[in-house]
Amino acid sequence: MNALEVEHLVKRFGTVTAVDDVSLTVREGETFGFLGPNGAGKTTTIRLMTGVLTPDTGTVRINGIDIHRHPLDAKMQMGVIPESSTVYGDLSAEQNLHLSGKMYGMSRALRNTRIDEILSQLGFAEKRHSPVNTFSKGMKQRVSIACAIIHRPKILVLDEPTSGLDVQSRRLVIETIRHMNEQGSTIFLTTHNIEEANTLCQTVCIINKGKIVAMDSPERLKKMFDTTQSVEVSFDRAVTRDLFVAEGIIRAEPCGDKWRLYTDNPDRVLKYLVLRAERESLGITSLTTTGPSLEEAFVQITECA
Amino acid sequence: MEVPLSVRGILVITEKNMRLYYTKPPVLMFGVLFPVFMFFAFFVGRHLDLATYFPAFLAMMLFFTASSVGPLITPWEKREKTYERLLSYPVTQDSIILGDVLAGAIFGIGISLLVWIVSAFFVPVTIMYAGMFFLAFILGTLSCAALGVLLAAPASNSPPNVMIFSNLIRFPLIFISGIFVPLSEMQGWALTLAYCSPLTYLVDLFNAAMIGTSALSPVVDGGVLIVVFGGFILAARFIQQRNMMKGM
Repeated sequence: MNALEVEHLVKRFGTVTAVDDVSLTVREGETFGFLGPNGAGKTTTIRLMTGVLTPDTGTVRINGIDIHRHPLDAKMQMGVIPESSTVYGDLSAEQNLHLSGKMYGMSRALRNTRIDEILSQLGFAEKRHSPVNTFSKGMKQRVSIACAIIHRPKILVLDEPTSGLDVQSRRLVIETIRHMNEQGSTIFLTTHNIEEANTLCQTVCIINKGKIVAMDSPERLKKMFDTTQSVEVSFDRAVTRDLFVAEGIIRAEPCGDKWRLYTDNPDRVLKYLVLRAERESLGITSLTTTGPSLEEAFVQITECA
Repeated sequence: MEVPLSVRGILVITEKNMRLYYTKPPVLMFGVLFPVFMFFAFFVGRHLDLATYFPAFLAMMLFFTASSVGPLITPWEKREKTYERLLSYPVTQDSIILGDVLAGAIFGIGISLLVWIVSAFFVPVTIMYAGMFFLAFILGTLSCAALGVLLAAPASNSPPNVMIFSNLIRFPLIFISGIFVPLSEMQGWALTLAYCSPLTYLVDLFNAAMIGTSALSPVVDGGVLIVVFGGFILAARFIQQRNMMKGM
């Protein structure tokens, strides 16, 4: 069964078509990544899907329920984490969670049990009574996520949930998304972090200028759009770009204290590097090869469109 | 399933508004302090018959208190970006509007009742028709709260701008609504202006209920307040829906 069906969604703001005939399907239990550059129409699509905005044309069905015909029933199935950590700063974490639970019609007893569970799962049980205004950005985002999952939604919609978070908060958020997915929730996720989409999502959809330009599994997208691989190398002393002028190296880019060499023949490049290092008396401090990246595929797709 | 969900949404939103916005400085300033100071400014040392003017004062108090919460909520929520989450909950925009109106109305009733009770110790307040007084209180507070929500409808995400705009509308109304100059003493364009203000009908209805004299029939006053309430809600709904068509 499909958890989410979007058909021919169109939304115009004046003369600008923000979402242009978007259709997609998310299967039950799937983690679906929705990627696109800034201004591509991701957030507008999410707002249309979650009933925040009304489309000019098109339909959105949540577990078979049309969200614009039966908004309340459809919204009951969902938990939504908007782009910013949208919680009430004057209320405590616990009060925010109670408010959210009441919105979903949960009884006080059920709310109390669930709040205890979530607070310890997301690691802020000891701060449950503190006003959210006093929290860090990462903590606020955790409260925002907690508010969205309090009723164990069948579909969790997240708009850039890890944007601007520190490493610990980001890991916790990703773990929570994984946990919700393991518990049976379908996940619809937008992110700027391509690696995140690569590791979390079974299907990735790329939107550009309001239109869907690619939709497939991350591995297939990578293969479809990029056959280039790369070799990352660092030496015990600084080298110039001239070192990497050789057959088989398509281009070389400095990457921190390393160089990333793009190639379609990594074996040849590895051998060249070892030989050249020996000749120049350079010590290789690290050497890694990576396959085609989703990021490269993303860049190619969005630049082509 | 939709109807009980809608009702629950209205009640939860009302409770949220009461918890969050009643103690915000603009609400306390324009909803409580301002009408009290206006009362002192006009009545202290002027040897006016307080009992005669008390219905008008009560109407002014109700008008300011009930209409002070609504203008703050939507711009505040838009600025804090909580409005989007609110819309993603199982509530409709109508539930949000009615929740905002109810929060304003309860604030208006609470503060005005408190002032009325305290005033009763100093002013010989009489109520000739208790039923009509109760009806005037309810209709008045709902109409004024709906006005507050309407004032916030075209809102930006800047609460100060909306408060300034709402005061630009609210302040002139108290001078043309028979509070300081009774309707019976108004003539010509002043009287025409007075009939354009919903506050006029509330003042007149309070006069009818408390001291038994009114310029218009209480049925007309009540009818106008009902129409005004419905009109304000529909206008707020229309403007907010139009705003949503343009985006958040």
